[in-house]
Amino acid sequence: MSTAPAIELKGISKAFGPVQANKDISIRVMPGTIHGIIGENGAGKSTLMSILYGFYKADKGDIYISGEKVSIPDSQAAIAAGIGMVFQHFKLVENFTVLENVILGAEDGALLAPSLRKARKDLAALAAEYELNVNPDALIQDIGVGMQQRVEILKALYRHADILILDEPTGVLTPAEADQLFRILHRLKDEGKTIILITHKLREIMEATDTVSVMRRGEMTATVKTSETSPEHLAELMVGRKVLLRVDKEPAKPGALVLEVENLRVVDAAGVERVKGISLEVRAGEILGIAGVAGNGQSELLEVLGGMENGTGSIRVNGEELDLTGKHSDARSRRKRGIAHVPEDRQREGLIMDFKAWENTAFGYDDDDAYQSGLLMNNVAIREDAEGKIERFDVRPANCDLEAKSFSGGNQQKIVLAREIERDPDLLLVGQPTRGVDIGAIEFIHQQIVALRDKGKAILLVSVELEEILSLSDRIAVIFDGHLMGERLPAETDEKELGLMMAGMTGEDT
Amino acid sequence: MDYLTILQILDSALRLATPLLFACLAGLFSERAGIFDIGLEGKMLMAAFFSAATAYSTGSVWLGLLAGIAGSLVLSGIHGLASITFRGNQLISGVAINFLASGLTVLIGLSWFKLGGQTPALQGDARFQGLDLPFAEALSGVPVFGPLYSEVLSGHTILVYVALLCVPLTWYVLFRTRFGLRLRAVGENPAAVDTAGISVVGLRYAAVAICGVLCGLAGAYLATGLGASFVKEMTAGRGYIALAALIFAKWRPWYALYATFLFGLLEAISNRYPSLDLGFVTLPSQFMQALPYILTVVILAGFVGKATPPRAGGEPYVKER
Repeated sequence: MSTAPAIELKGISKAFGPVQANKDISIRVMPGTIHGIIGENGAGKSTLMSILYGFYKADKGDIYISGEKVSIPDSQAAIAAGIGMVFQHFKLVENFTVLENVILGAEDGALLAPSLRKARKDLAALAAEYELNVNPDALIQDIGVGMQQRVEILKALYRHADILILDEPTGVLTPAEADQLFRILHRLKDEGKTIILITHKLREIMEATDTVSVMRRGEMTATVKTSETSPEHLAELMVGRKVLLRVDKEPAKPGALVLEVENLRVVDAAGVERVKGISLEVRAGEILGIAGVAGNGQSELLEVLGGMENGTGSIRVNGEELDLTGKHSDARSRRKRGIAHVPEDRQREGLIMDFKAWENTAFGYDDDDAYQSGLLMNNVAIREDAEGKIERFDVRPANCDLEAKSFSGGNQQKIVLAREIERDPDLLLVGQPTRGVDIGAIEFIHQQIVALRDKGKAILLVSVELEEILSLSDRIAVIFDGHLMGERLPAETDEKELGLMMAGMTGEDT
Repeated sequence: MDYLTILQILDSALRLATPLLFACLAGLFSERAGIFDIGLEGKMLMAAFFSAATAYSTGSVWLGLLAGIAGSLVLSGIHGLASITFRGNQLISGVAINFLASGLTVLIGLSWFKLGGQTPALQGDARFQGLDLPFAEALSGVPVFGPLYSEVLSGHTILVYVALLCVPLTWYVLFRTRFGLRLRAVGENPAAVDTAGISVVGLRYAAVAICGVLCGLAGAYLATGLGASFVKEMTAGRGYIALAALIFAKWRPWYALYATFLFGLLEAISNRYPSLDLGFVTLPSQFMQALPYILTVVILAGFVGKATPPRAGGEPYVKER
C-alpha cells in the first residue's frame, strides 16, 4: 500500500509500577478505515489510547501520524495532531449548552460572543455534512446520552480531527441509538476520517469495523481483517482459550409462584415517580429478565424489592405480603424472607471496597448464628466459610485477605454472587450481573445463575445488555419510563423488537 | 422612623456590606473554579493587618492597600499549594489559614507596635477618605431622590464604589469571556477542561489568586476605610457570613450583591438600635447583634431553597487515566 498509515505505533510500552499495561505494542491504522480494538477489561486498550491522546507518556516507543513522527506530551498536542477522542464517560459540562461545550478550549478570542457565533455556523455545516443534528442551545443535562455522544463527536470535528477514537461508545446507548451511531461513523469514514473503535462487544466489531486488533494482558495478540474472522475466533484470541458465547441451558420448569408484584409505584428522593404501577410475577425455577435502557425505573424496582427504597402497591413473596414502607421494609428483613440481592452497582452497594474479601462474604448475614461466638464475631468461622466460597466460585486470586478493591470486576462480582447464592434464597434479584466483567467470567457467572434456577429458585434479572437478557431469561419484560411495555418469550423475539420496546414503542406498533 | 433615619441606615448598610461583597465575590471566583475556600476570613484578617501596618508606617493608604493584597495573596498561594498542587483537603487547608492569620496578625502586631495586637490609629492620608460624587451638594435639595443620592450613594470611600463595580465586572468576566467559560467549566467538570487541552491547575490557581486580591481589598477596607486601625480579630466572622451569602446568592454575582446588602442592612439596624422596642416586646441588644449570624445559620441550614454548588467543588482533580 502506498499511502502512509493514519496512525502508526511502534513498540509502545507503558508500566504502572510493577504492572505492565502495554508491552511492546505496534499497530498500523490505515486512513479512511474503521479499526476496532478489542480486549477484556484491563487488557490495556484504554491505556494505549490514553497514550495516543496525551494523557500518559509511553515509557518506550514512537507515534507516527500520517508517516510523520510526533510526540504527544498532552491533550493539546493530540488535538493539534488531528486526534479527537470520545471517552466512555463523556467529558461534558452538564449545565453548559451544547454550543458552550463545543467551543470550550477552542475559543477564537478572549470574548465569547464571536466564538459562539462562529461555532453556531460551523455546527450547522457539520450537521448538514454528517447528519449530526443537535440543538446548539440545549443544556447538556436536558438531552439524552445519545445526543451527548453526538456533542462529543462534534467537539472533535469542530477541532478538525481527522482521527476519531471512540472508547466503548455503545455502553449507554439503546440498540437503535447504537445503530445510528454506526451510521454516523460510516458517514465519517466515507468522508475520509479514520476511526478507532474500542469495545469489548464482539457484535459491534463484526458489524462496524474493517480491521480489528485484539489485545490481551497488555499485548497485541493479533490484527486481522474483520471479514476474515468470526466472533468465536476473536473471543478465543481475547481470552486465550475457547469460550462458550451462548448460555447452555435446558428449558425452564416453572413451579409455584414465588414473587408477585402488583401496581408497584416508587417515588425517588427528588419527588419524581420512577416506577409507575408495575405488576409482574416470577415462578420458582424461572428467570424473568427485565430489559430496558438505564434510568427507566429498573434500578428503583430492584431497590424496592431488595429493601433499599420505599414504594407503594403490593409485593408478595411465597404468598406473604412484604412491608414496603414500615420498619420491616429494610434489606435485612428482606434477606430473612429468603430474598437475596446482587445489586446493580457492586462497588457501592455490593461490597465495601476497602474491606477484605472474607469480611465482604459475610455482610448482610453478619448476624447469622454460625458467625457468632458469644458477644464477639467468630472470625475463624467467617474466614473458613469465605475460603470455601472463594474456591467454589473460582475467585482469582484465591486470597481472602485481599481488599475487595484489588480484585478485577469479574472477581468482585463472584464474591457478591457467592455470598448471595450460597444463602440458598427463594428469590434472587440480580442487577447488571456482568457490567464491567470479562468474557471469561461472564460465562461462569451466567452458569451460576442458571444453576440456581435449575435448583428451583426464582430469579429476577435486570440488565441493560440485550444479549444477556436474551440468552439468560426464560421470559422477558421490557421496562420504559417506569412502565412495563409487555412481555416476550426469548425464542419469539429479537433485539430489534426489544430495542423498539425499550425506546417506548409498544410491541403492537412494530 | 423618618426618611432621614432610613437613609442613614441604608448608608451604613452600604458601608457594612462592602467588605462582605468583596469577600463574597472572592469566594465566588474560587468556588466557581471548584476550590472551596473557608479561609476567606483569614485572608481578610491578614489583609486588614498588613494594610493598616503599612499605611501607618508609610503614611500612604495606597501602599497599605497593596501590602494588604500581598498578605492575602500569600495565604491564597498556600491554599492553592495545599489544595491544587498537593490535592489536600480544602476545608482543612482553609481552617488552617484562618488559625494562621488569627495568630500571626496579633503576634506580629505585638512585636511591631506593642499595643496589645492593635495597630496605632490611622489619620489623614493613611486612611481612605470619603468621596463626594458629582452634584451631591446640588442635588441634595431634590425631594426623595436628592437625599438618597447625597446621603446614601455619595460620600463613601473609593473602595465602596470599586466593590459595586466588581459586581457587573464579575458577571461580565464569568459569562462573557473565554476565561469565565473555562473557569465555570473547571468547577463543574475539570475532566472536560483537561481533555480540551487546557490546564486545570493553571485555571484554578488563577481563580485562587483573584480570590486573594478580592479578600485583600475586603481586609484593607475594614482597617483603612471602615475602621481606622487594625484590631485583633476585627473580621468578626465576616468571612463566614460572606460564604453564607454566597450560598444564598447561588454563586451568582448580582445575587451576591443583594445577599451581602441584606447582611449589611441587618448589621446596620443592629448598630442603630442596640435594643429594639417592638411595643409588645423589647429585643435585647445581644439578639440584635446576633442577627446577621442568626441569618447565616438559617441560610446554611438550607432554608432558602435548593442551591446547587459547582459540581466539582471541594474535590481535587486527579486525572482518571
